[in-house]
Amino acid sequence: MSEAIQSITPDRARELLAAIGHEKAREMLETMYLIRAFEEKAEELYALGKVHGTMHLSIGQEGSATGASNAVRSGYDYLLNHHRGHGHCIAWGGNVNFMMAEFLGKETGYCRGRGGSMHIADVERNNLGANGIVGGGIPIAVGVGLSIHLRQTDQVCLVIFGDGAANEGAFHESLNMASIWNLPIIYMCENNQYAMSMSVKRAFKVEHISERACAYNIPGVTVDGNDLLAVYEAISEAAERARAGEGPTLVESVTYRWRGHSKSDRQLYRTREEVKEWQARDPIPRYANRLIEAGIITQEDVQAIHDEAYQRIEDAVEFAENSPEPDVSTIMDGVYA
Amino acid sequence: MLSEKHNEKEAEGAVRELTYAEALREAMRQAMEKDDSIFLIGEDIGVYGGAFGVTAGLVDEFGPERVRDTPISEAAIAGSCIGAALTGMRPIGEIQFMDFITLSMEQLVLQAAKLRFMFGGKAKVPFVLRTPGGSGTGAAAQHSETLENWFVHVPGLKVVMPSNAYDAKGLLLSAIYDDNPVIFVEHKLLYKTKAHVPEEMYQIPLSQSHVAREGRDLTVVATSVMVQRALQAAEQLSEEGIEIEVVDPRTLSPLDDRPIIESVIKTGKALVVHEAPTTGGYGGEIVARIAASEAFDYLDAPIRRLAGLDIPIPYNRTLEYHTVPQVENIVEEARKLVRGEY
Repeated sequence: MSEAIQSITPDRARELLAAIGHEKAREMLETMYLIRAFEEKAEELYALGKVHGTMHLSIGQEGSATGASNAVRSGYDYLLNHHRGHGHCIAWGGNVNFMMAEFLGKETGYCRGRGGSMHIADVERNNLGANGIVGGGIPIAVGVGLSIHLRQTDQVCLVIFGDGAANEGAFHESLNMASIWNLPIIYMCENNQYAMSMSVKRAFKVEHISERACAYNIPGVTVDGNDLLAVYEAISEAAERARAGEGPTLVESVTYRWRGHSKSDRQLYRTREEVKEWQARDPIPRYANRLIEAGIITQEDVQAIHDEAYQRIEDAVEFAENSPEPDVSTIMDGVYA
Repeated sequence: MLSEKHNEKEAEGAVRELTYAEALREAMRQAMEKDDSIFLIGEDIGVYGGAFGVTAGLVDEFGPERVRDTPISEAAIAGSCIGAALTGMRPIGEIQFMDFITLSMEQLVLQAAKLRFMFGGKAKVPFVLRTPGGSGTGAAAQHSETLENWFVHVPGLKVVMPSNAYDAKGLLLSAIYDDNPVIFVEHKLLYKTKAHVPEEMYQIPLSQSHVAREGRDLTVVATSVMVQRALQAAEQLSEEGIEIEVVDPRTLSPLDDRPIIESVIKTGKALVVHEAPTTGGYGGEIVARIAASEAFDYLDAPIRRLAGLDIPIPYNRTLEYHTVPQVENIVEEARKLVRGEY
């Protein structure tokens, strides 16, 4: 990895963990396992033919989602995220029962089975939804930031998008507007190396997507997205700036998706070696080891946290499978308010 | 009834007239005075006053925070409306020319229209996007579009096209207080037209078609500036003894089709007039609604469409004039229909 990518030293990790507190530090590991378990179960259910649509798995990106959500006040601040969004919703404190029900298209799902994997939103908790359009949430973030500004609250808007979205025209419009108006927005680009099959090496002339921040005269930082604490630190700093009225920040979280883009992906554009190399940087054991080193948990605790996460997902599947399908008589619901 | 009040005032000689642009401005001003969640956002809407002057002076009253000039970024203007609407505000966006709405399409069609439905009805997106459409100003093909039907085709959006100053104010106020995204299509040629506009904050309900003139011989369903042309045509035709009924849908989607169907049952003939190109235009929807209704049994002539030619709007004055329906075209078409020439 390039030197420009910010990592966390062991000393800094201990400092951060002390500031975070042991309880929250442990919860973040629980969250990462819960995301991993959700994604693996999603894949399994798909293989069993139980899923009607497609899905985009974020296995390997759990540190990015968890570090970011925990650095802001989920439920009070706002979240907009992207199609590979299961992890973001869970990290935001989403209920995995409602998520799994949505995934299976059930009436009890977050979106009453109307949205599916790509559109899960938890509006009550200010999660304004995953988005099926690459970059679709980026212009919306300007409106959320503007609304916070006009209502004069101390909220922030965390908008998460991928490397592909950074090449949409809307990215430019949005970052420019947010910067000229100093809006409280954190732009987090999850650079997972591929926009479907298009490698960032082929799609960008800049080495780091965060370099584009200079075009808007805002801070841009690239962090190791597989290091939860590095993401946490960068998003925390961006949130502080936002709340202080200093405007938006562009944070690039460098990570990797272990699975294909979606279920149709034969992955002809990358090598097995490359995937294995990234799997060696699995964000979950990296973070677990930090907690063990800091004396916050033991190896046995890690196993217990793992087991509990997988059990919660089993329970979520049971909830979802026992839930009713939407009644066809309600098909017109929700088109208009 | 406001129309009765209107007549009373006229009788007293105390008619308050405003232009269409003034009526729109008054609606926004009155709504903004009452509700801090309403703000304006768009290109050159502040000191400049908007490309057609609709927001002139509002920045002096409400300041640049609530009358917000933007860079030329139509996708982000639409996104700003959506994000603010999702989080408790009631934005009014302006797209300077309807042509430029093409640059907002993703946000409007894939986000604004669908978020509520995709989220199981658990979010609402209450904003108005005002935009002037239409030809007749010599602005040629990229500044004269009439694209309302694109939005009619998108469930989740409402589409409103006021045809006069009185409706402009009442419909805009309804659109502002509506909990859905509303595409509010104004017409450049109407901005300076005057009508009686009460000072009070009256609302004209959305999705309520209006019989603008009663007549027995032919139903003319017209939108936007074509309502005015149809009414002018009606005057001429009346002198020949032909009485046309003019129905103005006002809200194109969701459409209240009952007044149209009932009118055709009465007259037995129907003509649809709009400015946008004929093929794929809104007229097709109106024709289909009539043809599929009980009015079909009452028809004694084919249902006709009189709409724009299927060409881009040309620059040359004469060519431009002949691209979209004019009063004389409506008169001629109405005569043929009434005389049984089709």
